Amino acid sequence: MSLLQSARQLVRRDAAVASADYQRLLDLTKGVILYVEGVTVSFDGFKALNNLSLYIPDGQLRCIIGANGAGKTTLMDVITGKTRPDTGQVYFGQVINLLELSEPEIAEIGIGRKFQKPSVFEPLSVFQNLELAMKADKSVWASLRTKLTGEQFDRIHQVLYTIGLTEQSEQLAGALSHGQKQWLEIGMLLISDPKLLLVDEPVAGMTAQETERTAELLKSLAGERSVVVVEHDMEFVRSLDAPVTVLHQGSVLAEGSMDEVQANQAVIEVYLGGAE
Amino acid sequence: MQNITSAAGSGWLGMRTRWDKPSVGLYVLLALAAIVVPICNLLIPENSALHISTYTVTLLGKYLCYALLALAVDVIWGYCGILSLGHGAFFALGGYAMGMYLMRQIGDRGMYANPLLPDFMVFLNWSELPWYWHGVNHFAFAMLLVFVVPGLLAYVFGSLAFRSRVTGVYLSIITQALTYALMLAFFRNAFGFGGNNGLTDFKDILGFNLQHDGTRIVLYLLSIAALVGGYALSRKIVTSKFGRVVIAIRDAESRARFMGYRVDHYKVWLFVFSALLAAVAGALYVPQVGIINPGEFSPLNSIEIVIWVAIGGRGTLYGAVIGALLVNYAKTWFTAAFPEVWLFALGALFVLVTLFLPKGIAGLLATKKQALTFLSGKKNDSQENESKKIAGENS
Repeated sequence: MSLLQSARQLVRRDAAVASADYQRLLDLTKGVILYVEGVTVSFDGFKALNNLSLYIPDGQLRCIIGANGAGKTTLMDVITGKTRPDTGQVYFGQVINLLELSEPEIAEIGIGRKFQKPSVFEPLSVFQNLELAMKADKSVWASLRTKLTGEQFDRIHQVLYTIGLTEQSEQLAGALSHGQKQWLEIGMLLISDPKLLLVDEPVAGMTAQETERTAELLKSLAGERSVVVVEHDMEFVRSLDAPVTVLHQGSVLAEGSMDEVQANQAVIEVYLGGAE
Repeated sequence: MQNITSAAGSGWLGMRTRWDKPSVGLYVLLALAAIVVPICNLLIPENSALHISTYTVTLLGKYLCYALLALAVDVIWGYCGILSLGHGAFFALGGYAMGMYLMRQIGDRGMYANPLLPDFMVFLNWSELPWYWHGVNHFAFAMLLVFVVPGLLAYVFGSLAFRSRVTGVYLSIITQALTYALMLAFFRNAFGFGGNNGLTDFKDILGFNLQHDGTRIVLYLLSIAALVGGYALSRKIVTSKFGRVVIAIRDAESRARFMGYRVDHYKVWLFVFSALLAAVAGALYVPQVGIINPGEFSPLNSIEIVIWVAIGGRGTLYGAVIGALLVNYAKTWFTAAFPEVWLFALGALFVLVTLFLPKGIAGLLATKKQALTFLSGKKNDSQENESKKIAGENS
């Protein structure tokens, strides 16, 4: 019997990666979940990231700001495996080398990324969107036979509550407002239980009210997991009340609280064009 | 671990999914057809106005096979966005497997009275049966071939195409190429399937004379059973989590892949399921029309199936059935009354439906129902039902 089982394990190619192994490997003894060290990425000679180093402590909410072309999106791409750096190291916890993993594998081990443009499955209901995003056996046969367990049902409702879409549970995702779609997408990331959440410009195109709720949502998410927010909107970043990293021309210009960063001479020069 | 159907007391809602209104309507209609037609054919005397001729029964049986074929196309096109323009190939392969069995049943009653070789082989001066014709005289083995050959082809073809991420119009083109290549192969005499004449002159099936009214009625009833079974199975699949993954793949393939779903596996298995539906339709079609020839592989036939589905309304399952039945009825009527106009009428119908009814007849029925409930002031009611229905689909 056990021979049969191990044989099955061997020939199973449905799951992109045996996620349990990586979960065990995630070592947070130093309290740092993400190490980015000396990363350089160049596109045809242009250095999008220039010897960039960044550390995200476990459970922290961190904002990354910077002008267009400062390298924010490239940094996200490097962490999620979309872009490979020329030099440098990226580690998830103490032992997992992210540069060795493929995009889906990185998603599987607990790094979730929310893109700028909301991409939810419009013809499915909010509930169904979350159901699909949930951690589960994602093979064909399992999907054909599966029924939601009570636990999974509760988990979906918990996430619905967190993102404030309990009332819209049965609505088609296509009928949601822009802000609601963004929250649903954050929910879809949450339900897959990421340890690190990367959020790219979450409030672009949102109303003031929606922006406020998004800030609350993101603040409530930190602690259990680490959250990295990339944003242009200074008001929004201030309202998050979190440590800020300023990027400029592919490297870190300043780091600290919003007030500290705004008082920083280098930041002022860069942002005000160094006119003084 | 408690099952949610019982946990939330939504067993009743779960039932609604399988027994939603259009499906029930379709089941009732088919059940009526299964009762009324045999009575009118066998029990009511021929001179009565209520008598249904055996010719009509056979015609209806043929339409039902087409409806099953349309269902097969809707499963992949409507739910997964795979536009196959070669589904006639699987239909024809199922038909040929059945045809080979029927051919061997003729025995020495053929024109050349050869007890072993079918007529066309005698005509070609073949001295012995090709290896792949052995065993098909056993009904069970032939039925196995009906499933295995199209299923295997769909699996191999699907694996190659979906693994290398061929999508959209490129996939449509290679499905056309597939059915065209098969047509050319089957046209060749040396291929061993009767060349351009195909397989015909069938005598009996499992010992029952194919020309008898009783046999015809049984085949007709089997076609209804196959359609009901195929519909129920498809419905079960598209309302499962598998179905929701497939819809997700249709709308945002890379997003679904990024979530950890092996998109190619989902597509391949759905494609195989669809091919099997088409093959069963073909196997039931052949004994009723009495012939199978390479013309069934022609790309035009496959395109016509897509038109049935588009007219009926894709992504609904029942729309495909309605579309196939209506268009084929219209075809029978037109080709008898104005034979030269038919193709223009079909073309015009397709254009009009695409322009004015993008969701087909099924979409028309749905909006009409909405308008009616709105007029009678039950709008809130129906919305509530709608949300309940979706809740049911979740469980």
